[in-house]
This record gives sequence, C-alpha cells and structure tokens, in this order.
Amino acid sequence: MAQKRVLMKGNEVIAEAALRAGCRNYFGYPITPQTEVMHYMAKKMVQIGGNFVQAESEVSAINMVYGAAAAGARVLTSSSSPGISLKQEGISYIAGAELPAVVVNIVRAGPGLGGIQPAQGDYFQATKGGGHGDYRNIVIAPASVQELYELTVEAFNLADKYRMCVMILGDGTLGQMMEPVAFRDVEPIEVYEKPWACTGRGERKEHNTVTSIYIDPDVLEAKNRELQDKYAVIEKDEVRYEAYGLEDAEIVITAFSTCSRISKNVIRQAAEMGIKVGMIRPITLWPFPSKIISDTAAMPNVKAFLDVELNAGQMIEDVRLAVNGQKPVYFHGRMGGNLPTQKEILDKIIEIHNGGNN
Amino acid sequence: MIDFSVILAGFGGQGILSAGKMAAEAALFEGKEVSWFPSYGPEMRGGTANCSVVISDEPIGSPVINDADVVICLNQPSAEKFEASLKPGGVLVIDSSLFKFAPTRTDITFIEMPASDIATELGNMAFATISMLGCLSKQTGCFSRASFESALYEVLPERRHKLIPGNLNAFDKGAEYAK
Repeated sequence: MAQKRVLMKGNEVIAEAALRAGCRNYFGYPITPQTEVMHYMAKKMVQIGGNFVQAESEVSAINMVYGAAAAGARVLTSSSSPGISLKQEGISYIAGAELPAVVVNIVRAGPGLGGIQPAQGDYFQATKGGGHGDYRNIVIAPASVQELYELTVEAFNLADKYRMCVMILGDGTLGQMMEPVAFRDVEPIEVYEKPWACTGRGERKEHNTVTSIYIDPDVLEAKNRELQDKYAVIEKDEVRYEAYGLEDAEIVITAFSTCSRISKNVIRQAAEMGIKVGMIRPITLWPFPSKIISDTAAMPNVKAFLDVELNAGQMIEDVRLAVNGQKPVYFHGRMGGNLPTQKEILDKIIEIHNGGNN
Repeated sequence: MIDFSVILAGFGGQGILSAGKMAAEAALFEGKEVSWFPSYGPEMRGGTANCSVVISDEPIGSPVINDADVVICLNQPSAEKFEASLKPGGVLVIDSSLFKFAPTRTDITFIEMPASDIATELGNMAFATISMLGCLSKQTGCFSRASFESALYEVLPERRHKLIPGNLNAFDKGAEYAK
C-alpha cells in the first residue's frame, strides 16, 4: 500500500531509498550537484547505527565501498562526474572481484571540472566501461524522483543478485529538483546468500578470499569467460525500457532520463499538429534495449528516429547499432549544462516530418 | 492546468526557495503534479537566488522554465533578468517596498505590491514572500487559500503552528493586490 505523496529532493530520495533497501554503509566525498545524498546519509546513519564516512577523496571512498562489499554488506557511494572519474579504478576492481555495490552518478557538464549544471556526457563512461578491462556495470537511468526511489531500491537487489556494480545515472536536474514521491510501506528487498563474503573464517575449512588478481593467463581467461557469461544472462533478462505511441508513430524519439521527460510533452504538442510521435525510453542503459529499437525500426509506419540527449551524441551510437541502417536517425543535443526546450525539439520534429536531411 | 510555471527570484536569504516550496506544497495538496527546481551552485547569502515551480494536471516534462506564467521578484536585478522569461500575457509581480521598476514589455500584467512593508507591519519579514504568494493565488488560481493553509499545517512542525494565522494574514493582504 503506497503512502501519501511527499515533496522531496531527488538526491535525498536516493539516500532514503538506499536506507530502505537495507544499506547501512555510505562512503563518499562531497561534490555539486549530488552533495545532498551524503548530507542526508550523514544525518540518518548516526540515528540508525549505520556507517557514514566522509573520505579524504573519491579514491578512498570507492575503496571503502570495496571493503564493505567484500564483507557482504549493502553499500552505497555517490558523486558527480569528475568524482566518478576518480572512482573508476575502484569500480574496475569491484567488477574483477565480483562485488555487489551501488554507485550513484549525478552527472554535471564536462569535460574536466566542466560546470555544475545537468548533463548526460557520462553515457559513454557509464555504459562502455569507464575503468580498465573487460567488464560491465548495470546502468539505470531514472526519469523522475519517484523512479529515483524505486530504481535505487532495485539497484541493491540487482547488485546482490549478480555480484556487480550497479550505477544509477542521474543528472543535476533530477538530483536538485523536488517532486512528489510516494514511499511503500514494505520494500521488495531480495535477500541473497553471500557465502563468498570475508566475514571471518568461522566454521569454514578455508578462509574466503576476495581478489581481482589472476596472474595465470588461462585462469584469468576462464574468469573473464565467467564474467561474460554473467553479462550475457543480464542482457537477456534485465533489459528495461518504457515505450509508447509506437503503433502509429511516424517519428520515434529515443531519450533517457531528463530528456525523455521534456520529449514526452513535445509528443503531445506534435500530436496537436497532426504529427504522430512515439518514444522509446531506455531505463537500463546497459543492458541496452536494442531489440525493441530494432523491431520498431522495421515497422512500416516508422519513418525516422530522433535521439535527444544532453551531450554531443553518445547514446545515439547504440541507437544506430540497433536501427542498423533501416531508418534515418536524427539527433538533437544540448551541452554545457543547458537543457533543450520543448520548442527546440518540436522544431526538429517538424523539420524531420518535412523530410529534413540527416 | 498544464505546466503552469512560476519563477521566484531575489537575494539569497529573502526566503525565495522556501516560498517556492510552499507554493508547490499547496498545489500538491490539491493533487496536482508539481516540481520545484532551485538555482544551485556557488551562491551565498546576499547573492542572487531563484527557483522554478511548475504546477500541472499532467506529469511534468521539464522543471526548468523557459516561458513563465508568473515571475515574482524581490530585487531589481531579478526583475531585469526575468522580465524576458515571461509568456505573452504573463504576470510580473515585484516588491515595490524594495525597488522601483518600469517594465519594458507591454504584453504583460505588472503588479507592484509593497510586500516588505506588509511584512514589517505584521512584524515578521518572512511574511513578505508569503504576501506575494497570496497575490499569486488570487491572481491565477494556481492553488487556493485553503490548500495553502492545509499545506502550512502539514509542512510546519507543530511548534511553528502558532505562526500560521500570521502567515494567512500576510497571504490575504497580498491577495488584495491581484488585478
């Protein structure tokens, strides 16, 4: 039974969701625009007897995450783009050691220190690795404060289920905005046994070891194959997306998170002008919803795709791979911390409707 | 009501962000969809602050406002900056106790109200923004006085409930300036 809706800031809802998911360990370092996550944790962890550490750097924080995860605990860290870059080494080690952890990236504009306003320029980093080696993170892109709550709880379940890092990819808009959120009375927490965790030898014959170093190439290759098998299962079972208006759409927008919200209102405006526009909103950026995009591209009513992002065009590469040349894919993006207006997107739709050049 | 949008702007410390939140809380009480988005970053007391509030019967797209229905300003730089952000037919409300302003646009409704004088009279400077919310409510109907009152009881901790009659008084005084 859902409780009544309360007005809360996105960043605070992430922290509240983590606590509700049973996370009692938070390690982080402040950075705009995500600092409210750690601010909320600093206040609450003391009250409930959890662990909160403001580390001396992002590198320390992610290695504390590694330690807590190795001990079998649910653990969270959060940062924004430059801070997430610093955490990449640790995230790669977490992938190699197969540890469950949740990492939140409230993306700001880059590259470098960039700015502090919202962006989606970390799509490549989040979905294509970020750190070194052959690994994947599950990447989840919520589009509202309500989804920040529900998908953060889900992220902890997925991390434990697959023993890997799950990244919540938000942006400055989602983190800073307040919206109504309705919390559940009981959270759908999935409990997974962690016989591999380093909790002291106890009754075991051998002590557990958590490591990502395998010097023997054959052993490491076998380990790599195990990881790839796991990723294949995730690509089969964990793809999430929202699709609507595809059955009679002339143009299909692909957009995630903040851009999907803005695009949704444009679809209504376009309909008033007699242009039918549908949308595919990836909720998991990895695994990417390639099949629905590929299937939609094959539909005779669909004439073109329009990809909308807060970057120079990153997800569009995955969209084009899925479309595979069946239909043209157009792009509209803003950078530097700016958001597209509804009018900009509508103008682009009208241009495509009138047979615009790719 | 679809994507009704209000920008509140002024100096940091004038209660801009809180007033915007109260407007959102009042509309939420009516079952509306709402969003509140602050200017954030390297800002400080005495610097500029603003927030955007969107109220809608449908899910809200962008919480960032390009064309505002109403702009409420508590300092001159904000009025100069945000006058251009109004839709044709939009409403600009300024605190005329603090500054004088002559709008350059002729396609908007301009309301000058002595919000800080009202607040001084009532003995609490925090009531300046509340009186402007009263004007907003009366002028546009984006939330009702009753919802604002109910939201106050929900949002304020009980030890602050004694301030609610004063808030409502300021709200009503501000409503008199609606055109």
